[in-house]
Amino acid sequence: MEFLVGLAMSFGSTLRDVAPIVLVLVVFQALVLRQKLPRLKQITSGFALVVIGLSLFLVGLEDALFPIGETMATQLTASNLATTAVEVRWMDYVVVYAFAAAIGFATTIAEPPLIAVALKAESASGGAISAWGLRLAVAVGVAIGVSLGCFRIVTGTPLQWYIIVAYIIVMIQTVFASRTIMPLAYDSGGVTTSTVTVPVVAALGLGLASNIPGRSALIDGFGLIAFASVFPIMSVLSYSLISSTLAKRKHTPRKTEH
Amino acid sequence: MKALAGRIFDAMRDLAPIVVVIAFFQIVVLQQPFPNLGDTFVGLVCVILGLALFIHGLESGLFPLGEAIAHAFAKKSSLIALLSFAFCLGFGTTIAEPALIAIAAEAAEVVALAGHIENEVSVREAYALNLRLVVALSVGSAVVIGVVRILKGWPIHVMIISAYVIVTVLTFFAPHEIIGIAYDSGGVTTSTITVPLLTALGVGLASSIKGRNPMVDGFGLIAFACLAPIIFILVYGMIA
Repeated sequence: MEFLVGLAMSFGSTLRDVAPIVLVLVVFQALVLRQKLPRLKQITSGFALVVIGLSLFLVGLEDALFPIGETMATQLTASNLATTAVEVRWMDYVVVYAFAAAIGFATTIAEPPLIAVALKAESASGGAISAWGLRLAVAVGVAIGVSLGCFRIVTGTPLQWYIIVAYIIVMIQTVFASRTIMPLAYDSGGVTTSTVTVPVVAALGLGLASNIPGRSALIDGFGLIAFASVFPIMSVLSYSLISSTLAKRKHTPRKTEH
Repeated sequence: MKALAGRIFDAMRDLAPIVVVIAFFQIVVLQQPFPNLGDTFVGLVCVILGLALFIHGLESGLFPLGEAIAHAFAKKSSLIALLSFAFCLGFGTTIAEPALIAIAAEAAEVVALAGHIENEVSVREAYALNLRLVVALSVGSAVVIGVVRILKGWPIHVMIISAYVIVTVLTFFAPHEIIGIAYDSGGVTTSTITVPLLTALGVGLASSIKGRNPMVDGFGLIAFACLAPIIFILVYGMIA
């Protein structure tokens, strides 16, 4: 019963989120475009499936994953509290960095918008970009980003320096990147931090910031999402640089000397 | 039916890493038993089924929809209609976004604690509401700029790097407390349904306009929608 109530509420909130999109689509369809969309029946049932699927997905996450993920984040960040040392040493939190990297990677692989963009990229590039390769590259970026973000909270160093340095690295990579991968790489920064990753990562940030003496949850707890948005851009650009270098090496094999 | 079975298998594969990571840290690192194993299992089944249905609906509904609309606008070739659609889509999906509502409330709290605005409920609510409007306006304008870029074929890296430079410069002048919130806001404004729709719209536009390449010109709308809120929140923090 409780489960059904949860499902109904999740369905309701998904409908509310979708309402503005549907409104915009219907208004423009009725007033501006005024022509029948092809495959209207299939599109409508597909849209319904998206709403039903997303509701189920969210209710399941709230029932199964978020409680455990959040409890673990709090327990892992609090377990070092026993040391009454005034000074916070960054090495004391290695387990937290490891957890941050692992959970950042895992939640990104399951992130629905990333799956969507990866599928689209594979079909738009005619298979030159593999959906799995892209998703793995993005997930590695989020893993590094979230882990480094936890290190920043522990050390209390200013967020802006990390992000600005990350921007500079992205700019340098852009110089060497191919024009076909660039837009996709920039996009992948925004798609990673969504339904699955944000709640778990936010809990981790807040847990860390409120358990470390001298940090404020309100000010230092922010920033993990920013890390998780910038680092995938770097990892996707790197992935494309590495894979194009490898492809070049394969096509032009070095002369073997006898 | 067979397609759906395949999707369920894919969804199980997509969720396996989360299960492995949580199980590993729970059993090996924290050394604690699992609470409510039954509930967790039911929830996991929901997640898998939901993801499978979502992806199925994505390919049969959302992607064709975005493409159909892109083609319809390209055929109609009314720039004003397309750009106002782009603005409404960006604005409409952002203003009601729950993640944005949460982040705006937190921002008001942080700024009030720092003493930049009066710490009263009405003042904080007004600050949060204005912030949401500003972000929604910024996302709407960002999608418009992104669509214009697709039409004109402007190089994306010049625009993104200029945005980075603007963010970097603004960071030095914005109030310290707002920086974390601004940086985080970029990630939360693009929701699960907006992303596939914007992607399909961009790729659809790029492939129905002569001389545009879906890879080079089609992607990038999301990147704009992510950077604009950062810039606008930093500016808002300096003015308000």
